Amino acid sequence: MLNANWVAFQTIVVREIMRFVRIWVQTLTPPVINAVLYFIIFGSLIGSRIGDMGGHTYMEYIVPGVVMMGVIVNSYSNVVSSFFSARYQHFIEELLISPVHNLTILIGYITGGVCRGLLVGALVLCVSLAFTDLQVRYWFATLVFTVLTAMLFAALGLINAIYARNFDDISIVPNFILTPLTYFGGVFYSISLLPPLWQTLSKFNPVFYIINGFRYGVLGTADVSLWHAFVVVSVFTLAAMALALSLLNRGTRLKS
Amino acid sequence: MQKALELKQLRKTYEGGFEAVKGIDLTVEAGDFFALLGPNGAGKSTTIGLISSLITKTSGEIEVFGHNTDTETEAAKRCIGLVPQEFNFNSFEPALEILIHQAGFYGIHRHEARERAEHCLDMLDLQDKRKTVPMKLSGGMKRRLMIARAMVHAPRLLILDEPTAGVDIEIRRATWDLLQKLNEAGTTIILTTHYLEEAESLCRNVAIIDHGEIVERGQVSDLLSKAMAETFVFDLQQHAVKKLQLSAYKINQYSESRLEVEVPRGQSLNALFAELQTFGVEVLSMRNKTNRLEEFFLRLVARGKQRAAHA
Repeated sequence: MLNANWVAFQTIVVREIMRFVRIWVQTLTPPVINAVLYFIIFGSLIGSRIGDMGGHTYMEYIVPGVVMMGVIVNSYSNVVSSFFSARYQHFIEELLISPVHNLTILIGYITGGVCRGLLVGALVLCVSLAFTDLQVRYWFATLVFTVLTAMLFAALGLINAIYARNFDDISIVPNFILTPLTYFGGVFYSISLLPPLWQTLSKFNPVFYIINGFRYGVLGTADVSLWHAFVVVSVFTLAAMALALSLLNRGTRLKS
Repeated sequence: MQKALELKQLRKTYEGGFEAVKGIDLTVEAGDFFALLGPNGAGKSTTIGLISSLITKTSGEIEVFGHNTDTETEAAKRCIGLVPQEFNFNSFEPALEILIHQAGFYGIHRHEARERAEHCLDMLDLQDKRKTVPMKLSGGMKRRLMIARAMVHAPRLLILDEPTAGVDIEIRRATWDLLQKLNEAGTTIILTTHYLEEAESLCRNVAIIDHGEIVERGQVSDLLSKAMAETFVFDLQQHAVKKLQLSAYKINQYSESRLEVEVPRGQSLNALFAELQTFGVEVLSMRNKTNRLEEFFLRLVARGKQRAAHA
């Protein structure tokens, strides 16, 4: 039975990867173009006037945030659009009638989202090398934060896809929640620049810990300690996965 | 004989209190070709949804080849192949990939899955469409692809919810042949259909469901013997008599060129012809208005409606 679920897991992951690779113009190109625009406008044009931040050039400082933004948006949107399409076109029934365990479905879809998130993150990181001579300080921490973040947002994407009633519902969360949280999470600035009240509020934003954990891995400096960030991100990831699994087990919006 | 499917007091009440299935008991023997009939909204698709776990039951038990769906869910699911009523493909996935992935969900490794998928495409005459996405397939091809998908893991019980709805007569006959072959090869088949001649031609046993309850069940031949009357349509020579009255037969419709008569079971047609002769009516040809199972079914449903009206 374990072997059967392993094969099913591989099948879901292969299908997910084939999906986003098949439509690479829609899935892989836009985040890279966005990143290039950020690097040119914020990094080169405006950044040269801002000067150093946290002991690094402004371009170096924003690279981890821009990479993480790509990971967050793409791991989320991969799962939300794929799972909602499966619900909308009813081919989710292919999985629901099969003996695949719900945990396998969850991990399969999350892995698909993680793969797209990592691929986009790697592409953006490669592009950033054209703008700055970046050296990753702690590869392990960088990788752990990237994977954890992609897992968290892929799980959140699945939850959104389960509750969504139409295609508008799958864009509400990214537009009205995800994007503001990401921008206020310290992609383009250190929270030490903010007034005390906003610094305190920023600490309630999970994206702040994600970006700072990743920034620590890449640059060796951040607004928060590595372990603190790791614990927060891990707790959020586990909670999101547990909620997604419980929705699948209950058949919420999947079974009548 | 092993039971392919056993439903015990199966019940489904939707939110809002609508009781779609009201405590059904049903047994389908292994190897059977079984029809589940009923008017629209009778509870057929809900019952199929409950068996295939697309719908959560309110109470009762379901066993598939002895595997309880509550306690041995995976084993029970492995036995079932489902052809749903509505097309439910990933529109952008080619036919071959759809089958390979479906096999993968049942734990079949990709190499073997590909072989099985190719075999199913051959069987359903879809080999030349292996790289075509469903949105570019005709309705009949999509139906066949759904059957191929349901068969790719070689289920012991194949459930088809109106598999020939909307397909032309040629494809319908080809589907019948295929289903008969699958049944002869040992696959138990449960079929819902609105084409009662389909059930009469293919199935050995039948259950008729109405308002969420099974109102009749048994061998098709036994049910047909319960049909109390048959309606015949006669094409007449033009300019027949204006008014026609037959002593022992009920006339449903009469015009210059057409006569519809209800003949009670056991009543001789010779007497009818003799009576028509006395009126000088010349019969050019005759046929059944509907097939016998359809006649029986319609009477049963009408009885159900009367009961519901009285209640």
